[in-house]
Amino acid sequence: MSTTASMGSLKVPTAGQRFSLPRLRLPLWAISWLQVGPIAFILTVLFAAPTLLFLVVSFFDYDRTGIYPAFILDNYKDLICSPSTLRVYISSLKFAIIVWGITLFLGLSVAHFLVFHIRNGMVRTVLFLACAIPFWTSGIIRTIAWIPFLGRNGAFNQMLMGMGVTSKPLDFLLFSDFAVIVTYVHLFTLLMIGPIANSLSKIDRALIEAAIDAGASRLQIMVNVIIPLSKTGIALGSLLVFTQVMGDYFVVKSMSGGQSASVVSMLSTEITAMQYPPASANAMVLVVFVAIMVAFMMRVVDVRKELVK
Amino acid sequence: MIVGGPGRAGAVTEKRPWTYYALATLFTVYMAFLYGPMVVIYVLSFQGENGGVTFPMVGTSVTWFQQILQPGQMANIPVSFSRSVSLAAVVSALTVVFSVAAGLGFRRKFPGSGVVFYLAVASLVMPSLLVGFGIGLGFQFLGLEPGLFTSALGAQLTWTLPFGLFAMFAVVNRFNRSWEEAAKDLGASAFQRLRYVTLPILLPGILGVAMGAFTLSYDEYARTTLTIGSKNTLPLEIYALISSATSPTLFAIGTLTTGGSFLVIGLTLVLVMRMQRRRTLASMKAG
Repeated sequence: MSTTASMGSLKVPTAGQRFSLPRLRLPLWAISWLQVGPIAFILTVLFAAPTLLFLVVSFFDYDRTGIYPAFILDNYKDLICSPSTLRVYISSLKFAIIVWGITLFLGLSVAHFLVFHIRNGMVRTVLFLACAIPFWTSGIIRTIAWIPFLGRNGAFNQMLMGMGVTSKPLDFLLFSDFAVIVTYVHLFTLLMIGPIANSLSKIDRALIEAAIDAGASRLQIMVNVIIPLSKTGIALGSLLVFTQVMGDYFVVKSMSGGQSASVVSMLSTEITAMQYPPASANAMVLVVFVAIMVAFMMRVVDVRKELVK
Repeated sequence: MIVGGPGRAGAVTEKRPWTYYALATLFTVYMAFLYGPMVVIYVLSFQGENGGVTFPMVGTSVTWFQQILQPGQMANIPVSFSRSVSLAAVVSALTVVFSVAAGLGFRRKFPGSGVVFYLAVASLVMPSLLVGFGIGLGFQFLGLEPGLFTSALGAQLTWTLPFGLFAMFAVVNRFNRSWEEAAKDLGASAFQRLRYVTLPILLPGILGVAMGAFTLSYDEYARTTLTIGSKNTLPLEIYALISSATSPTLFAIGTLTTGGSFLVIGLTLVLVMRMQRRRTLASMKAG
């Protein structure tokens, strides 16, 4: 790739002289910056600057009537000393890890099935769309949809009793950690399927045939060929699922029946109460926490090297 | 696993390995899991006039669909729907233009590319509510009024632009640069190369980015809630409906959305197939 690119760039002046009027020729890096500039500008103004802003506000003082510029560490001290902080972080992390494990397994299996086992391109497209269609319905409605499904008189309990599996309705199904996990998996598995399927479809089939010819078992092909070659997709999917769960507050609020809280639901309570400095401190801690997790994942798989070629 | 992938002569008649059946079963179970609660809400959206949000069904009616169209006290669904769609259209258009440009720009190495890449990653993984919080705070400090096409648009772009950029990486990676170079050797100008070679080849991927960005924006809730000001988008109206009084209207919205998605997807598929046919015909004529 790099050799063809450099050959291409060598030809530019000749082509330009022959076919266009003499005019200002920008160096290639400047053209790239013109193309990338808008995104860089928007993300700097709308993402980086606001993040810096709540870093600053997290040191401010506040009372019931307003917030006051200051440099105090009380917001962080209160946050770290509060026993609920640790509890909420552990709870969010627990959900994130469980949901990550389930969606990874499901995402890898579904993507593998669609990419390698479905031989007809049209059937594959239709099945992919079948996975994606529920995604078009609002996440809020898809969350609420579990209530009549899992409830005491819900469809699932009726079905179990109809089949004679249980004699009375199961209560733990709704408004529990179980319900929260089920909803997360329902909402986020597609985020895993997409990137993994993209990686899988780029694998050269000849490599797998070579492995078969060399006498590899199915398991060996999976572990030594397919998984290493799809690690970019796995990493991207994991990144998305993990951060979506860590950033959620609606599902936890509506599906746990008030038994669990998430970091962001704690934060949203503070924002509603207009307690911006402690909310900012809380946000900063969450950002640092997520950043560490993401940096760790990026160390395991160099996503940038794989994506930008 | 695969014993001879698709496209290999004779592969079709080959015996399916056991893993095929195992994965097919898992896929079926996943489909049942994915559509189970969806089917429940489709059924419940036809709940009778006196029925509630759970089983049993008390007769059947289309009351809840009619309710959607009537602006109620709690929520005005038609107006918020049109707001959501126009915002999503603008977000989608901006995302396509900027992320396609950036995707092409990232094909060369340039100073600062790492910074932009990690800025996009950070923006993508930032908890959504925090982005809205930051932008809302910024508007407050600057004394600006939050609005649909200012702060809410900005908050959604911090999510759709990185998404579009990452999708474009996948699209651009499959693009063979020798096509562009062939065009250059034949004397095409930079604009001609972009217009007649690069963009047509990337078009399916670009359509994917447009649809993805539209969906992300249309459903977006957490980034928008603190940046929207007083005029709600559809997801925010739905949220307001949930916290006030739960009625099967919500399910009717879900049913309509799914119907609409099927329609849009069907039309897109027809369009893509027609495009492919035209391309095949053109290449046959040329050959």
